[in-house]
Amino acid sequence: MRLALERRGERSIFMALASPVIAIALTLAAGAALFALLGKPPVQALKIYFLDPLTDAWAIQEIIVKATPLVLIAVGLSFCYLANAWNIGAEGQFLIGAVTGGWLAVATHGTDAGYWVLPAMLVLGALGGAAYALIPAVFKVRFGASEILTSLMLVYVAELLLDYLVRGPWRDPKGFNFPTTAEFDPVAAMPMLIEGSRLHLGAIIALLIVIGAAILLARTLKGFEIKLVGAAPRAARFAGFNDKTLTVVTFAISGALAGLAGIIEVSATVNHLQPNISPGYGFTAIIVAFLGRLNPIGILIAGLFLALTFIGGETAQIALKVPLDFTKVFQGMLLFFVLTCDTLILYRIRLIPAPKVAHGIR
Amino acid sequence: MADVMAKDATTAHADEVPLLEAVGITKLYGDFVANDKINIEIWPAEVHALLGENGAGKSTLVKMIYGLLQPTAGEFRWNGQPITLSGPAAARQQGIGMVFQHFSLFEQLTVAENVALGLDNASLTGLDERVAEVSKSYGLPLDPKREVWRLSVGERQRIEIVRCLLQDPKLLILDEPTSVLTPQEAEQLFRTLRLLRKEGRAILYISHKLDEVRALCDTATILRGGKVIATCDPRAQTSQSLAGMMVGTEVGAVRADANKKIGLPRLMVRNLNLTPDDPHGVKLDGITFELAAGEILGVAGVAGNGQDELFAALSGEVLADNADVIKIDKHDVGRMSINDRRRLGAAFVPEERLGHATAPRFKLSDNALISGHAASPMVRRGFIDRAQMRAFVDRITKAYDVRKGKPDPEAMALSGGNLQKYVVGREILREPRLLIVSQPTWGVDAGAAAAIRQAIIDLAGRGAAVLVMSQDLDELYEISDRLVVICAGRLSAPRQTRRADRGEIGMLMAGVGMKGSTHAARA
Repeated sequence: MRLALERRGERSIFMALASPVIAIALTLAAGAALFALLGKPPVQALKIYFLDPLTDAWAIQEIIVKATPLVLIAVGLSFCYLANAWNIGAEGQFLIGAVTGGWLAVATHGTDAGYWVLPAMLVLGALGGAAYALIPAVFKVRFGASEILTSLMLVYVAELLLDYLVRGPWRDPKGFNFPTTAEFDPVAAMPMLIEGSRLHLGAIIALLIVIGAAILLARTLKGFEIKLVGAAPRAARFAGFNDKTLTVVTFAISGALAGLAGIIEVSATVNHLQPNISPGYGFTAIIVAFLGRLNPIGILIAGLFLALTFIGGETAQIALKVPLDFTKVFQGMLLFFVLTCDTLILYRIRLIPAPKVAHGIR
Repeated sequence: MADVMAKDATTAHADEVPLLEAVGITKLYGDFVANDKINIEIWPAEVHALLGENGAGKSTLVKMIYGLLQPTAGEFRWNGQPITLSGPAAARQQGIGMVFQHFSLFEQLTVAENVALGLDNASLTGLDERVAEVSKSYGLPLDPKREVWRLSVGERQRIEIVRCLLQDPKLLILDEPTSVLTPQEAEQLFRTLRLLRKEGRAILYISHKLDEVRALCDTATILRGGKVIATCDPRAQTSQSLAGMMVGTEVGAVRADANKKIGLPRLMVRNLNLTPDDPHGVKLDGITFELAAGEILGVAGVAGNGQDELFAALSGEVLADNADVIKIDKHDVGRMSINDRRRLGAAFVPEERLGHATAPRFKLSDNALISGHAASPMVRRGFIDRAQMRAFVDRITKAYDVRKGKPDPEAMALSGGNLQKYVVGREILREPRLLIVSQPTWGVDAGAAAAIRQAIIDLAGRGAAVLVMSQDLDELYEISDRLVVICAGRLSAPRQTRRADRGEIGMLMAGVGMKGSTHAARA
């Protein structure tokens, strides 16, 4: 008896939807085993990690706040991945968006600039992220450089640039030498949805972008072009679509959304620039994009789930005294399992009976 | 048909057992019965033909014999003993070898290296000599040290055959082996196969070419709709009667419109030179021809002589160096995109159905957009209209009898013949004024091929200009008005098909008597 993978005639819609669910189940099982190995009660640990945050109003708010950048970035990444352009550097585009948008907040600090500041910051943030994403895209199209490597390496450039700015030219003179800019003025801060909460307008922007992306992908010729170039490049050329142009366009969209997420994050939750403004949103969003089936609505759900792992990780750190890195372990396992389970969309598992001894293989 | 069912050959083998016997083999895909209680006997020293339309279940059956698929019910017997073939390795171990229609060779590696990669226990030492020895003794000339990309399709096929022969198979399965060969190459293959039969090996020969089957095979099993329709001696049958059994109805010859009118030139190509990006591609050299409204121009040639490059240049997937080397009506289109050419009324059917004409994992309705988005009401202001797309698929389905399991399946789920009907229908239903089509009936069963050829002839009858590239010379003789030959990126002078001598065309296909490019340019 052995297991074999048999190619399906058509892709299985059922498995496409079931795969992330199976992956989550396997992640929970593996997580329980890990907790047990660490000597923590596994069932209780999982409850603290994944259920307790959902029963607490503050934690639910925090989940939405954390999901906002994840969803924004992942929607952009899904465009790239559907078109077979592998942008791994959303983290860098996120930081550059925060820098270019934040520049306006720093430049207008203490002036009587009006309410145009925040919208202008959002636009600058998106443009900055897009411009930064164009570097690997153009290098790929023009010189054939691997966009996976170049986009990833540019993350570190962006991190160091932000670090330099907040320690050097943009440092708050009244900031006791901490590496941070001055607090943003009220006109440069994202409005809150509910007075006194941390729930901000960015969540609504993310929701609108999800709806817009869903319509673009399902109903427009551009969406068809993105999917066709990724799925069948030769057929796309036959359809008259230019894959090089599309690589540049999807990278620009993806960079713009990551940059937008960056400036929304700093103007809404941090309120100044400092070296650590992202707990790795740009990388976690890669998991969100795949867990969400590269589909905007799926990404919305997956973004909320991954945000839950951030919040649950913090809770577990306090309640169970496990390291915060446990969150990354969970996220890593999740990506591993979802990519593995995706095999079942195109293949089915079959048991092959052992060959009869007399006539089979020696 | 009952008379052919009684196979007199069985009595001759009365006291022996067949080499391979399939007993009640059934294969289900969900509710779909791909093979329905198939019984077949293959004897040593027999060339056994497996005939059937596309989708008749030939591939499924052969894949089960080679261990790639497992039957749902039924049993295989090898020398009378029940056997389970758990995979191709197990099949090879028993002595079953297979040469696929699509080769699996590494272009950059040498012949011997490719052979080694296909062997279960490979060692490169002494392999060169063994390859040379096998290829010599079976009349399959091959240089073990040559890289595959330098070889013709016929030579590549020989590598696959040699690879099988090195394992000393008792049963050799060949899937449509002559579809890519010149008549001369095919003749050489037949000599090899007869030699193998003489040695007592059995050959299971899958083909659509009925004349070939009648010339080569001792027994023929005919499949239709997953069932064995008849087992007969093909030498006692006519091509018509074999085709009738395959399709279930008598296949009529294609009707040509005897008094159709040839109009003004619609496609004019003058001195088209093109160097390919791909180092293994063919350079187009002074291609010059004219194609008139209402005319069908056939381009004959062995695969890999510039057909792909010519198709790409005519379609606009690759742009020419100068705009005026290709004209459609009065427009210089040499630098125009494929969609702009479509808007001028041109339509294109590439050779590769899956991956080029269609996206394999896209639904038929989505695939309708691939060539239809440039000029059709399926797209309005950037938005796509799914209802229109599905309606278009229904029109194609109805007009060209595309058989499929559900209304809008993925392109991959269709059999080759049905997908080809879909692709050809998708272009012809748009009523193009110019149609460029490559290999319209490659790997397509007789019934579908006749339907496709008729559609092409009817389109020309309605005044469209049609260019057909094909390796199937019979097809070009059947449908084209004029004939040119492409060889090594050059085009011969055109001749009237009715007066074209087959021998001469065959020589031109082999490059003998081809005029130089400078002459062609002046013509």
